[in-house]
Amino acid sequence: MPSIRTKEFTPRASEAINNPTIQESLDRLANFRQGRADAIAEFGQERWDEHSKRAREIKEKTLDHLDHYLDLLSTNVERAGGKVFFAHDTQEANEYVAGVARANGVKTVIKSKSMVSEEMGISDYLVGMGIEPVETDLGEYIIQLAKEAPYHIIAPALHKSKEEVSELFQRVLGSPAESDITALAGIARKVLREKFLQADMGMTGANFGVAETGTIVMVTNEGNGRMSSSLPRVHVATMGMERVIPRLSDLSTFLPLLTRSATGQRITSYVAFATGPKRRNEEDGPEEFHLVILDNGRSKMLADPQLREALYCIRCGACLNACPVYSKVGGHAYGWVYPGPIGAVVTPSILGIPIAKDLPFASTLCGACREVCPINIDIPRMLLKLRSDATEGPAGTKKPDRIESMMMRGWRMTVSGPRMFGLAGKIASILQWPLSRNKFLRRLPPPLSGWTKSRDFPKVAAKPFHARWSTMAIPPEKGDKDGK
Amino acid sequence: MPGKKASLFVTCSVDQFYPEIGEATVKLLRHLDVEVDFPGEQTCCGQVALNGGYHSHAVAVARRFVEVFRGSEVIVAPSGSCVTTVFTHYPELLREFPELKDDVESLRNRTFELSQYLVDIMGVEDIGSSLPQPTRVAYHDCCHALRDLGVARQPRQLLQAVDGLELVELTDSTNCCGFGGTFSVKYPEISMAILNEKLGHVESSGADVLTAVDASCLMHMGGAMRRQSMKARPMHIAELLASGLPGGTNA
Repeated sequence: MPSIRTKEFTPRASEAINNPTIQESLDRLANFRQGRADAIAEFGQERWDEHSKRAREIKEKTLDHLDHYLDLLSTNVERAGGKVFFAHDTQEANEYVAGVARANGVKTVIKSKSMVSEEMGISDYLVGMGIEPVETDLGEYIIQLAKEAPYHIIAPALHKSKEEVSELFQRVLGSPAESDITALAGIARKVLREKFLQADMGMTGANFGVAETGTIVMVTNEGNGRMSSSLPRVHVATMGMERVIPRLSDLSTFLPLLTRSATGQRITSYVAFATGPKRRNEEDGPEEFHLVILDNGRSKMLADPQLREALYCIRCGACLNACPVYSKVGGHAYGWVYPGPIGAVVTPSILGIPIAKDLPFASTLCGACREVCPINIDIPRMLLKLRSDATEGPAGTKKPDRIESMMMRGWRMTVSGPRMFGLAGKIASILQWPLSRNKFLRRLPPPLSGWTKSRDFPKVAAKPFHARWSTMAIPPEKGDKDGK
Repeated sequence: MPGKKASLFVTCSVDQFYPEIGEATVKLLRHLDVEVDFPGEQTCCGQVALNGGYHSHAVAVARRFVEVFRGSEVIVAPSGSCVTTVFTHYPELLREFPELKDDVESLRNRTFELSQYLVDIMGVEDIGSSLPQPTRVAYHDCCHALRDLGVARQPRQLLQAVDGLELVELTDSTNCCGFGGTFSVKYPEISMAILNEKLGHVESSGADVLTAVDASCLMHMGGAMRRQSMKARPMHIAELLASGLPGGTNA
């Protein structure tokens, strides 16, 4: 597994907020937002909503009968001449891939972008075996050279300026300084073309695994999915077990949603299909095809009716782009593979709440993620569920904050009836006087000091509404001064 | 519209911090011939606990709320997010009490945010308010009002009808202000980064007044506007609308 830095959420968020280059990169998320909005407007809102509804129904049905569809997928991959491996966790998945590599004497692996392979940490695993993994998606290639984790589900190097990329290429590849993006891409392309031809094994992800045909579908803009799956002798595809869809025709529902939500495109430059290895009468294609289907905590989510819908996600990244928090703190703050709102649900669900407790709380619950989700996944609802697990869940799940729990018990007493409520207000209005200036408080003790560091806080009113109502109770004649 | 009755749910924050907003709400409703009552047992909807992950506390407070407002025909609150707690979250919060299912279903369909009640239920187009001097007003879309209740057109319609009020649209008006309840205290730096972007849009709108349907969002934005000595002042929509009614400012 890749390194887990979920406990560093606050300092890493702070780092991003105070880095002007990063903030400038994050401002570019506006282009994604606009692109998506324009694409949906062109598609037609009503038609969009119909697609969304249908996509959700397909996901619901598929996950209700996941064992059936995975079995069907597996049977059809094997029928096409491929091999299927179900991995319980990333260790099993990595060992299987390593076994395939060893059996084929593999020295170089070319990879097209895959979040599941990030989740497995397969690149580090291969390096440990003396095998060279090469990312072939430009963004992934950049962050591989920089030894970083992806910043965004679909734009892994979103945070890098072209100047930083130029400097990186100079340092690692010895290329000349370049300020033109096309020229920079040209440098990467030249290196990568050679790797494509050298590689003995290609690894790809799978945006969809089609059960009825045993086909995996790769959605890319650079064609590297097709190259990685067709040039080398061996093709290994990895997918999360929730990515299966029943029929090929379901793609006509999902693809329009995926590409428009992700990049605002009607369709990506390449949509590649791979069904098993090459056939006897074919000249091109891999001799071996392996599909690794990863669980890694997903069955646990499937079994939880309140978290199940997180598995409907098609990884379009729209929720990241819409999120006010992600838009300020970026991807690395989330500390693992999946950032943003969906990451704040998936990460604690897979890794456990005690090590990822910050994530479900680091949301304003504004609902922008739910609004843009093409599958209508109710992320805020799941964040609330995870918050409640963190404070009141079963032992091993919860990680309560003692001071906060005490305050919350106090609050509960306060709102237990109007008398206590009024009394609490009176006490607060006495306690506040040394802190107040005019009608406002400029300084509050911890844990509320975070507020007053940069915001004034209102004083408790001398006469709360409950007390005022008694003098307002009889409505005055219209036009008169209201009862005060 | 004669014979209209509504129970005011003033919300805990308005009760303790901004009672003037409660008074303005009553004044508005009475001006429109709504008979207002105030169930004295009310305190809070439970959002504070729900937001913080204190599910069991939220459940207890929600149960209490259902009892307190059982006899109310219609419940009106000067807050989109408290109404959202009832509308969106009560069914899930009170799932373990099947005997309350019908009560909850009925409650969520007769609890309204103020502008929603005035426009959608009462059919009000113009409350007949007139400001003493020309005022440039920016409206901020509070997240829960907007996304859970569909409140966007209603407040704008009421504001536009006020004499002497010029409504200006904020850039990215539907973006969150960064409040988020406990979020603003747990992650103050992120909260402020989001808020400062919002305040930049308020500044460039040239508004004299920033208004919204939620006191808590205004407390958040207003707290920083005050600290930064901004020209615009925060004002809840109930106060703004009521200030232009005969009888003058209520606050």
